[in-house]
Amino acid sequence: MAVRRLAETQPESFAFSPENHAWAEREIAKFPEGRQASAVIALLWRAQEQEGWITKPAIEQVAEMLSMPTIRVLEVATFYTMFHLEPVGTKAHVQVCGTTPCMLRGAGDIIDVCRRRIHAEPHHRSADEAFSWEEVECLGACVNAPMVQVFKDTYEDLTPESFEAVLDAFDRGETPTPGPQNGRHHSVPINGLTSLTEIDYSDGAAAPVTEPMSAPAPARSEPAPAEPSVAEAPRATEGPTQSDATAVAEAEPELLTAAPDEGADDLKRISGVGPKLEGLLNSMGIYTFAQVAAWTPENIAWVDDRLKFKGRIDRDDWLGQARKFAAEKSGR
Amino acid sequence: MSDLRKLIVDGREIEVPPSYTLLQACEEAGAEIPRFCFHERLSIAGNCRMCLVELKGAPKPVASCAWGVSDCRPGPNGEPPEVLTRSALTKKAREGVMEFLLINHPLDCPICDQGGECDLQDQAMAYGVDTSRYHENKRAVEDKHIGPLVKTFMNRCIHCTRCIRFATEVAGVPELGATGRGEDMEITTYLEQAMVSELQANVVDLCPVGALTSKPYSFKARPWELDKTESIDVMDALGSNIRVDARGKEVMRILPRLNEDVNEEWISDKTRHCVDGLRAQRLDRPYLRVDGRLQAASWSDAFAAITERVAATTGDKIGAIAGDLAGVEEMFALKRLMESLGSASTDCRQDGAALDPALGRGGYIFNATVAGIESADAILIVGSNPRKEAPVLNARIRKRWRAAQPPIGVIGEPADLTYDYNYLGAGPESLSHLLAGEGDFYHALSAAEQPLILVGQRALVGDNGAAVLSAAARLAADVGATRDDWNGLSILHTAASRVGGLDIGFVPGEGGKIAREMVSGDSGLDVLFLLGADEIAMPPAGPFVVYIGTHGDAGAHRADVILPGAAYTEKSATWVNTEGRAQLGNRAAFPPGDAREDWSILRALSGALGKTLSFDSLAALRAELYEAHPHLAEIDTIKPAERADFGRVAAIGGAIAGPPFASPIKDFYLTNPIARASATLAECSAMHLGPAAEAAE
Repeated sequence: MAVRRLAETQPESFAFSPENHAWAEREIAKFPEGRQASAVIALLWRAQEQEGWITKPAIEQVAEMLSMPTIRVLEVATFYTMFHLEPVGTKAHVQVCGTTPCMLRGAGDIIDVCRRRIHAEPHHRSADEAFSWEEVECLGACVNAPMVQVFKDTYEDLTPESFEAVLDAFDRGETPTPGPQNGRHHSVPINGLTSLTEIDYSDGAAAPVTEPMSAPAPARSEPAPAEPSVAEAPRATEGPTQSDATAVAEAEPELLTAAPDEGADDLKRISGVGPKLEGLLNSMGIYTFAQVAAWTPENIAWVDDRLKFKGRIDRDDWLGQARKFAAEKSGR
Repeated sequence: MSDLRKLIVDGREIEVPPSYTLLQACEEAGAEIPRFCFHERLSIAGNCRMCLVELKGAPKPVASCAWGVSDCRPGPNGEPPEVLTRSALTKKAREGVMEFLLINHPLDCPICDQGGECDLQDQAMAYGVDTSRYHENKRAVEDKHIGPLVKTFMNRCIHCTRCIRFATEVAGVPELGATGRGEDMEITTYLEQAMVSELQANVVDLCPVGALTSKPYSFKARPWELDKTESIDVMDALGSNIRVDARGKEVMRILPRLNEDVNEEWISDKTRHCVDGLRAQRLDRPYLRVDGRLQAASWSDAFAAITERVAATTGDKIGAIAGDLAGVEEMFALKRLMESLGSASTDCRQDGAALDPALGRGGYIFNATVAGIESADAILIVGSNPRKEAPVLNARIRKRWRAAQPPIGVIGEPADLTYDYNYLGAGPESLSHLLAGEGDFYHALSAAEQPLILVGQRALVGDNGAAVLSAAARLAADVGATRDDWNGLSILHTAASRVGGLDIGFVPGEGGKIAREMVSGDSGLDVLFLLGADEIAMPPAGPFVVYIGTHGDAGAHRADVILPGAAYTEKSATWVNTEGRAQLGNRAAFPPGDAREDWSILRALSGALGKTLSFDSLAALRAELYEAHPHLAEIDTIKPAERADFGRVAAIGGAIAGPPFASPIKDFYLTNPIARASATLAECSAMHLGPAAEAAE
């Protein structure tokens, strides 16, 4: 970060467009009388959206609208680096994230493209004044690193090639589709879903995207070998039992009509089983550790379905516990 | 919660109010806490971290300036919270802070004006280390040009933000700010415009390092080679307490002195920077007008010329006008001399303000007192612009306004007073409306417990002056401002000599002429004495004018004889401020050349005139003065007015209709001969009247 000063050449005047002015009045009205200064960031931001950068007349205009001393508005404008104090590219001002995750995933290459195509130094406009760039701190899209922000949109999962394609599109006057540029859907894992797969979305809740790549993706299914992908690594917790749970057929386990003569086992000893659940199990005809220990995956699915306790049996490892307790009992 | 909290500071148990900060509590316990950003009269910023102390139970040292006593938790068994200000942890924390501060602070103490009186220097002696671990380049910051009074060396800035807080909170002109952030934070005005506040030079005192230094004083002297004399300011009627620093014969600078009841610790820029006016345009020998031209003369020639003219006339054709800077002693001596010459024409009211000491003191002093402003719950300002007439007093009104937002009404010139007010009108008719009980502001005044009615000189100088004062007194009585426990009728003077002159009755006696009559073409006077009187239209050809004063100003230009006197820093004298507080100024330097202290000039002149005054030393003069006016011996106290005074003022009555009140001060920086001789203040004045002037109002 460097010393931030107002640009040397400044326009004569600044005025909000009628729509922006009306918007600004509404914004100011949100704050109680005497607290209008609270709207300063919003107004400066709108002024920047309108003009592309914060001009001296804009600062003075905002100060006047909010009855603030101009120095107070200048303080705000120079404090936040997202306010541009110099003119930026007319077609695109590229903010390249250079913070650690992006840097590790190749932000340096993106910056090299900027240096080559736009200007050797940040905060300078290209020869045709259409582009400018700067390196910024984390923009909060580390999962799609490396990424850049152009005005309000982010372009993610960039390679030098796809970044140049984005710049080309801006150069043609288009607005490229924001988001990942490798066809990935938002930040969905590149190798498909690895978690939350067992939730029942049949009641109409928004279902997760199971396709890692959307259809019109550019041909870039594999990350470049030079960039080891975190998403590529297989998930350690992945297991067939869980992910396939809904697919397993149900089968009734061995059930007793009443407690055995030597007495029912204290099923509450199984971690995860309370008095209520014990009563439920008993009513189903399950009384002993040995019964539980003998369950097959099909049996588990059957019990699970009736307990409405999706996945609980596996998660708490009822079988393992039951085997242990059953062994203790028989050993005694 | 009025209960006291127990606290253990360095093993000593104390009880303090819960509203205290730890820093205040530690000071109460006698522990000294270093600080840079904290200042008693400014809001708490808590950003320098120098005041860190160890608080038992807190995971890390806490900034004592920003940590409330009520925030401290008791120990596990209910023991009082314990603060350690001298522990190893505290010392280490402060050393760390100091090291960080010094990382970017240049090592230019030998060429820094703050050297010798620098907080950073002093505290580095206690908490600094003798080497630096920092091998990178230091930060470099461009110096800012923020006006003719404050010089900046921004490399030295430690970002305490005291100056910003002062400009915003006390001066009420939010023109300083911090742009950028972090290491690149810079203190500046908007686009480096010059500062416009009349109190701006106080930021030099506030700056704990040498980032903001005094431009006129830059590279002039070192603090340890200056003789420091405590004295009283005469630039306005507030009587700010000052310290005059002189080297040899020369006054080098003027600094404020703490007096909670008068100026707190601020002084106006005029008070501080009239210093070069004490050197320029001085009258350093007697002059005598020969063939229409002033020529240097000896004291005896000058006295002989005066004796000749006085002998040729009678007492009723002699008059004397005292100027705005005169001390009580010389006015007393002049009055005695005039009495012995048989003249009743003496006046200390150059502007013709309708203030009559015969009605009692209550009719001409600031009865509410300056400190009393802080308990006023409604303020009416009539015919005054306190920001120009007494900027430090105006800061007190602003302080009250910030604390409690009392309703403030203004009748007179609308101006930016640095606080919001209801503008009630321009002239006397608005006062009539109030007196008739009309308008919302009347109800605000009468509902107030302690209403304050501030009457400025502008309301009193017209032909209707006495009637306006009377109307104000009646309004004060009506709204309950003149009670035994609260005197809200307050006259704000603009001349330092005025209350003292009224106290000793330096006004026309029986058959005497007032100042305006004395200088008029048909005054019939043969001899006119001007004791530093420059703010009045000079009489046309006619009277023989004897000017006793310090500067070649208006009075000296008209004079037939000039007797060079001593400026306020060159004599010991009493001034009575607008509250009626007698204060004693002391001599910091000697008058230049043949100039003498005014009372001794008058004593010598009386001998030449054959009317030798009865005292031949200042002590003897004072003894007589105190005998005649005992309250003047009570230095730094106010003899309160009697309630009957207000009744007498209110009884004057009369029609108050007249032109609108305008501020008597057209140019704040050039109100007296000393200020007019100052190049620094001339620069300030030019800046305000120039293109930047629009920003000032």
